[in-house]
Amino acid sequence: MQLTLWTYEGPPHVGAMRVATALEDVHYVLHAPQGDTYADLLFTMIERLPKRPPVTYTTFQARDLGGDTAELFKNAAREAHERFKPAAMMVGASCTAELIQDDPGGLAAALDLPIPVVTLELPSYQKKENWGAAETFYQMVRGLAGPHAPALGTPRAPRADGARPSCNILGPTALGFRHRDDVREIRSLLEAIGIEVRVVAPQGATAADLARLGEADFNVVLYPETAQSAANWLHRAFGQPFTRTIPIGAIATREFIAEVAALASIDNDTAQTAGGSRAPWYSRSVDSTYLTGKRVFVFGDGTHAVAAARVAAEEFGFSVVGIGTYSREFAREVRAAAEKYGVEALITDDYLEVEARVAELQPELVLGTQMERHIAKRLGVPCAVISAPVHVQDFPARYAPQMGFEGANVLFDTWVHPLMMGLEEHLLGMFREDFEFHDGAAASHLGHGSARPQPPQPESPITVGEAAAMAAGIATSAPAGELVPGEPVWAGEAQRELGKIPFFVRGKAKRNTERYASEHGVGLITLETLYEAKAHFGR
Amino acid sequence: MNAVVEFRPRDAGCGDAPVLRERGQREVFCGLTGIIWLHRKIQDAFFLVVGSRTCAHLIQSAAGVMIFAEPRFATAIIDDRDLAGLADANDELDRVVGRLLDRRPDIKLLFLVGSCPSEVIKLDLHRAAERLDGLHRGRTRVLNYSGSGIETTFTQGEDACLAALVPELPAAAPGAAPDLLLVGTVADIVEDQFLRTFRAMGIERVAAFPPRRSSELPAVGPNTRVLLMQPFLGDTVRMLEARGAKRIAAPFPFGEEGTTLWMRAAADAFRVPTNRFEQVIEPQRERARAGIARYREVLAGRSIFFFPDSQLELPLARFLARELGMRPLEVGTPYLHRQLLAEELELLPEGTRLSEGQDVERQLDRCHEARPDIVVCGLGLANPLEARGITTKWSIELVFSPVHGFDQAGDLAELFARPFNRRERLKALEGQV
Repeated sequence: MQLTLWTYEGPPHVGAMRVATALEDVHYVLHAPQGDTYADLLFTMIERLPKRPPVTYTTFQARDLGGDTAELFKNAAREAHERFKPAAMMVGASCTAELIQDDPGGLAAALDLPIPVVTLELPSYQKKENWGAAETFYQMVRGLAGPHAPALGTPRAPRADGARPSCNILGPTALGFRHRDDVREIRSLLEAIGIEVRVVAPQGATAADLARLGEADFNVVLYPETAQSAANWLHRAFGQPFTRTIPIGAIATREFIAEVAALASIDNDTAQTAGGSRAPWYSRSVDSTYLTGKRVFVFGDGTHAVAAARVAAEEFGFSVVGIGTYSREFAREVRAAAEKYGVEALITDDYLEVEARVAELQPELVLGTQMERHIAKRLGVPCAVISAPVHVQDFPARYAPQMGFEGANVLFDTWVHPLMMGLEEHLLGMFREDFEFHDGAAASHLGHGSARPQPPQPESPITVGEAAAMAAGIATSAPAGELVPGEPVWAGEAQRELGKIPFFVRGKAKRNTERYASEHGVGLITLETLYEAKAHFGR
Repeated sequence: MNAVVEFRPRDAGCGDAPVLRERGQREVFCGLTGIIWLHRKIQDAFFLVVGSRTCAHLIQSAAGVMIFAEPRFATAIIDDRDLAGLADANDELDRVVGRLLDRRPDIKLLFLVGSCPSEVIKLDLHRAAERLDGLHRGRTRVLNYSGSGIETTFTQGEDACLAALVPELPAAAPGAAPDLLLVGTVADIVEDQFLRTFRAMGIERVAAFPPRRSSELPAVGPNTRVLLMQPFLGDTVRMLEARGAKRIAAPFPFGEEGTTLWMRAAADAFRVPTNRFEQVIEPQRERARAGIARYREVLAGRSIFFFPDSQLELPLARFLARELGMRPLEVGTPYLHRQLLAEELELLPEGTRLSEGQDVERQLDRCHEARPDIVVCGLGLANPLEARGITTKWSIELVFSPVHGFDQAGDLAELFARPFNRRERLKALEGQV
């Protein structure tokens, strides 16, 4: 049993729904109790879809359990077929139905429907939403494209002379973080290079489209979380290679172009002229100097976290002080990235652990999910959202991709926006006592509505551990003001001086000073300790 | 001064009307959803769902937004180790509860909330609650109820929770003077209005259940008169009656008429003199009428179709029909409690189609055929209907807003007028893509 306050991912059948909803003419019959229909609102409210997800739920109740829930399933599947006339059907069970073991696959087969029926086995008590989406997409691809695969080991015929190179785009789903705009951006980039995009799947694909996936020369995998297993299978079955580069950031977009140019046998230099981004120049321009070395904490799904950390380090000049993911399936990739930045990766789906880490690290910017946005808000740290789980705000009305050249521009704008501008930061630092520069004052461009909540303002000496614990809402055994052996205490004068430091660097100053005091065996932090620590660590 | 509204004669209304009972896909929440408001109502209570990731995801998603004050609810997610018997589910639960209470020592009342998976694997949460109650005695009381979808629909979760709390109520002293117990979760401000009004009538011994703190549980006994603020509390009433309390039959306090009849039923039970009753409520009735009148012009003559959701459908349809002149075409409710709603059924216009349970596809067919001016439905259906040009009102807002009583009657009407108002303002957008 795992104690959970908030979850980053839903259950695996919600992942299956993301695929079913993305597809055009497929229906999902889900054996599930009353109440599981809540998942519809994710699509109709968060993504504002104008149609119901193509899902029929059996919504069994207690009184059905004594009777024939299997019959209930068969009726639901039969009626769904009659009413919606899908080109293909997916059948499966949610967590509760998994326990009653009615075998939806066998029951659907017994109906002998005149369409392909794909059975989904999604172990709800082991796996989560992204895994469910990936498994569903893989089963659908395999079920529908499988019959068209050549005999195993048949070498792929070379592209006919003069034929345009072609690819599929794999991975975008319903409820995906900016999938809608990423697909448009990458599709137009590929077309500008001269590559034909045959099928985008699952988003917008029909069952017939899935059946012809094997025709394209290669696959572009935009979201490994949902498309990796399908791409692997297509590689095995049809000999289709697939891309590994995720085109997030200007540099990665260039690398992505090089990768697809090679796969399509197109001249890379020509391909690179297909587009460009303003972000690299904006970042190099002198007004961006103030971004230098900003301490950033990154958390999200594996792909977005790794990509964001790289962009933060190489395209913004930030220092990555922490990186983590809730996707255990991508722990290896995130650990590898963490090693690059000399930090320890945080692999967890426990939001409290993430909060404690942010409180401990005191970053100057958090790049995270909507959960981290709330954590950052509570701790008074600026934040930009880079990854699912999605929120209604992650479906902006405007075009706002994360990928490709325009995506790089969007990242530049959205990550810089929550920060204090360069000269404003200096003025705040110089004239701390100006009555309008109080801690509650937000950056001028953020308006009056976004005053920063106060981080805990200790009256009495307080330790870092406690501050983090307080911020995370955790009760500690030692009340504030009580001496904790081995932890330094702030003298009044030093405490007041700390208060003169602008709030957006105060956390770092406090942390550095306490670390310095601990490491040098200083029990009482005085004014001198504060400045000695400053000299020791530099800015 | 206006006379108090009288009940209609028995030959009208829907008292004996046939009910369309359907079984099919039910597009409704399960009882766990009630935790969203219950955990804010009882301030020292914590709700621990023993369930699956789906349960955790549901509660987080159903609120529409994540409430990011530290929530007083959580889910103990059952995993395959628990199912395979590799871990003893009860030991695991003890560990999780221990961790939780260490983190939140301020919690005085802990509910273990059963879910579909915990019911199906027959995890005995009643025994678990007894054991944990013993372990944490003197510090935290531990109770249990089921909010599972196989047993409860949406607001029935509150009923199950309150029913579990009834045995905890202290017994009223033998021969205690009669007291009035207002039952059901409503906004704090509304509850205060009701308490104030009854006291002004001279009913001094009046309390609300559930209380805002678990230490303030009201006493119950044979002289307790129960007045329901919400219509979905059948089990709670049964438990209170088992403790000797008697229910005061009344329509529910929605609108000027409903609130008047509701208050009068209590006033009669406590023999409040008519002139005093009228003196107390007349200014409030006047305000309610003024508040409602503003929206009558927008709503009168419009047809309305209710999809089943919170069990508030009947009282709301009655209010909209009688006080705003709307025409209810179909009133769907997940469960029709004939006894608790007898007075409501009498007041509902004759010929209103009543449906209980749901087959959502067939009901959508009927809805499209009926072409109502406005549809009251859940969040899963609202945008798809709007996209087809049908004006909707989300039903969940009716559970989350202060809508009971005289001073909220205008606000309640406004919730139904707003979608029309909005459509009118956005007229120029029609046909735009």
